[in-house]
Amino acid sequence: MTDTQIPARRELVTKPRRSDQFFRFVVTTGGMSSLIILGLIFAFLAYRGLGVLRVEGFGFLTNSDWSVVEDENSNIVSQDYGLAAMLIGTILSATIAVLVGVPIAVLSALFLEFYAGRKIRNILIGLIDLMAAFPSILFGLWGFLVLMPSAEYWAKLLNKYFGWIPVFDVPVPFFTRSPFIAGLVLAIMIIPICTSISREVFSQTPLDRIQAAYALGATRFAMIRAVVLPFGRGGIVGGAMLGLGRAMGETVAVYTVLNVVYQVNWQVLFGAGGNIATLIILKFGEADREEINALMAAGLVLFLLTLVVNGVANILVSRLGKVGR
Amino acid sequence: MALSLVLLFVTGLNGKLGWVAAFFFSYVSVSFIAEYRRAGKPAAQDSLLTSISRFAIFLAIIPIASILATVISKGWRGLHWGLFTQDMSEATVNSPIQQGGMLAAIVGTLIMVGLALLFTLPIAILTALYLTEIKGKFARPIRFLVQAMSGVPSIVAGLFILSSIVYPVTGERSGLMGALALSILMIPTVARTAEEVLLLIPNDLREAGLALGATQWRTVAMVVVPAVKSGLVTAIILGVARVIGETAPILLVSGGGDATNVNPVSGPMGSIPFYVWNAFLLGGTEESTQRTWAGLLVLLLWVLILFTIARYISSRSQKR
Repeated sequence: MTDTQIPARRELVTKPRRSDQFFRFVVTTGGMSSLIILGLIFAFLAYRGLGVLRVEGFGFLTNSDWSVVEDENSNIVSQDYGLAAMLIGTILSATIAVLVGVPIAVLSALFLEFYAGRKIRNILIGLIDLMAAFPSILFGLWGFLVLMPSAEYWAKLLNKYFGWIPVFDVPVPFFTRSPFIAGLVLAIMIIPICTSISREVFSQTPLDRIQAAYALGATRFAMIRAVVLPFGRGGIVGGAMLGLGRAMGETVAVYTVLNVVYQVNWQVLFGAGGNIATLIILKFGEADREEINALMAAGLVLFLLTLVVNGVANILVSRLGKVGR
Repeated sequence: MALSLVLLFVTGLNGKLGWVAAFFFSYVSVSFIAEYRRAGKPAAQDSLLTSISRFAIFLAIIPIASILATVISKGWRGLHWGLFTQDMSEATVNSPIQQGGMLAAIVGTLIMVGLALLFTLPIAILTALYLTEIKGKFARPIRFLVQAMSGVPSIVAGLFILSSIVYPVTGERSGLMGALALSILMIPTVARTAEEVLLLIPNDLREAGLALGATQWRTVAMVVVPAVKSGLVTAIILGVARVIGETAPILLVSGGGDATNVNPVSGPMGSIPFYVWNAFLLGGTEESTQRTWAGLLVLLLWVLILFTIARYISSRSQKR
């Protein structure tokens, strides 16, 4: 037997090797990309829109007049950009979506988590996840073709019985393509995401508390009211706000079902309205340089709006677990 | 049942939906009263919640069923082989259905989604690795930003590419721009799914790698990433499914052409959602309607296939 070779004693270091330093650098740079992209989006939209924002000032948000007047040589005589009508439309249709969609989503999540049998539960969860992957144009065209006739009928019914409430009143009996119908389509679009977030939140409810409630003789209803809902409140609100953010930024589905008209319309059943995203699609085709800049400014407003809504929603969802009794 | 008929009569509801609503209300109230008389208030409340939540899940499922049924029943009539071999350069949306097809749209979608995937993959995976392997100071804010990014409306992504690249640099709309806009929408989906699967890797594996004297880089490249390969495939598929139906950014930045264009750098490029959109907006005839729904059916089939593969992979990896 030849003499065994004893390997040289390995050097023990806490300082990362050169290769690791490089690796960490690359990964950290990649990790920062979301920050960079969001920053760039803000910077470029602001850069383009700044001119318009400077001219219009705060009136960009509060005026509701979007017009470009041209003389016969198509020179621009005057232009006026105010986003208020579309801002109201955005908030209106998104609010309807949340009011209709979130209760359905939360109750569905309760059913999936506490009532459904194992097999049914898996099938239903699969279906709802699939729905989350449907493209928005599909919802839009389905809403246009299938949902609209029956939604119009409900709108008439609402108007008949609750017409004395200003919101449900209409100036002319024209119920097609109203913000109400757009809101319903958006509600259907946000149901999957709200359901899956609520379900996730409910499934984190500590088992010992659930069992304690049952041991005290609570019915399922009493248990849900005393344990699950207080525990999941933040998560439910967060899920609802995520849905709100989705509904605000939706373009294609709203464009297909809504009669996009540039006017302030509070009356949800009347067939006129719009939101910021549909305004951009509508005006983009024939817009000149200056109007495109105004549309960029509108996009900036939409971007900031959804960013804030989403940010608050994420904080609410992730803070869960520290609250509750 | 009888009560629901009475309700129908009283409220003037009609049609199938009116009947469903009336049936629901009567069912809820009848079961509530019956439980109340049988077992008292708590039991009645319990049955109320049970029936309402059942109804809610019913309401949530109806649209899915209706969408699937509508698309399939309306779409299959517009399907023919020419759909996959011809483009719309010599046909309008109102031409007879046998003329023209979706070749341009399908090719465009494949190219744009493929390119978007190419841009997305490194960024998304590096982000996920930063969040799970490096866990630096900024891990929490970055996680927050990635989630915030997933809420960026698709039209804003389109506007961003328009303002940052199309107007100042290229001055022309093209498939590449479409791919860039799509990758902005894709990054958060892929990054979050990848992060989730990376978190599932037991720390023992990483420690074993390090204990064998490997550097962190080698541990990640040869132990961690191979262990989550199927999870990463799921992440990619979910990302593709997220963007394949996007319409708004395509309208803004890739122009959407009718002729088949395989060059992503110049010239407008179509996509399946754009094809559907065009047929819907420009048409109004029987043929354009058939085109619309056939296009939607093709799109839906893509989504269904991708989704099924993703579910299959993730369920198989759970069993192991």
